[in-house]
Amino acid sequence: MDYILQPWPWYVSGPLIALVMLILVFFGKTFGMSSNLQTLCSIGGAGKFSDYFRLDWKAQRWNLTVVLGAILGGFIATQYLSDGSAIALSAETISDLNALGFNEAGETLLPPEIYSWENVLSLKGISVLVIAGFLVGFGTRYAGGCTSGHAITGLSNLQLPSLIAVIGFFVGGLIMTFFILPLIFGS
Amino acid sequence: MFSAKAHNRNKMKFLKFLLVGIFFGIVLVKSEAVSWYRIYEMFKFQSFHMYGIIGSAVFLGVLFIWIFKKYKVKSIEGREIDLLPKEKGVARYILGGTIFGLGWALAGACPGPMYILVGTGVFSMFIVIAAALLGTFTYGLLQKKLPH
Repeated sequence: MDYILQPWPWYVSGPLIALVMLILVFFGKTFGMSSNLQTLCSIGGAGKFSDYFRLDWKAQRWNLTVVLGAILGGFIATQYLSDGSAIALSAETISDLNALGFNEAGETLLPPEIYSWENVLSLKGISVLVIAGFLVGFGTRYAGGCTSGHAITGLSNLQLPSLIAVIGFFVGGLIMTFFILPLIFGS
Repeated sequence: MFSAKAHNRNKMKFLKFLLVGIFFGIVLVKSEAVSWYRIYEMFKFQSFHMYGIIGSAVFLGVLFIWIFKKYKVKSIEGREIDLLPKEKGVARYILGGTIFGLGWALAGACPGPMYILVGTGVFSMFIVIAAALLGTFTYGLLQKKLPH
């Protein structure tokens, strides 16, 4: 039981993520979390504004069900399957984060400097979350997939477009991490 | 009676997707792949953890998708497994991918983890999700004007 309550090493987690993808493929579907953003816009009536949202969203209910399950899974994992261990980040990461003003690196899943209500309810705090979310939502649909659709499923299916997209993910991620985060959070 | 049967079959159909989702959510929390800190550490190349997760998932994915195709394994819907190839192109993948990467490294969460983190009790994530929906909506409006 201890092994379940402790954080899982990469060589357990990675194969289990592959299993999720393979099960969905075996069910005749595919593993792609960002499609749900398009589906949710369609349900909200976005089809009035663009053909992109004129789709049969009922055919996507299976994927929304996966999302619902994922939310429940997040709840179950934190409530019943965790021993509260801190994230074993590398020492360099912790010191780099301290320099950026993140003082509790690894103690929780997310930094309170970004996600605590105290920080969210400031102009800077809410701007960070809105801009981050907007970039994810816009970018993933432009690229036609996210980490699950391109990095896991697309690469597993040896798709060159997915490799290009993953290279893009890293170009953007490196620019943000090395150049923009220090501007936002560094003092 | 028939409709009751169909109704049950329908419920079962969704139950299996609910279970896959629950499993996915648990794995992503327990792997710490939903953690902003792990994403930062990955982009700083300071730990093998995230590379090990994605690398081993892709390695097994390539192997089993190849096996599925070679042995013409059928899905439970009775069709041969054949994933849709991605549309050809470069611009949309590199530009869209880069925009996505900027957001991924800032939010520390991609679409799967966004939903999962709500379940872990981080309700400020609803703001990120709402903004992601706005981003998707904006893409839908501009789709025909963007290079693909």
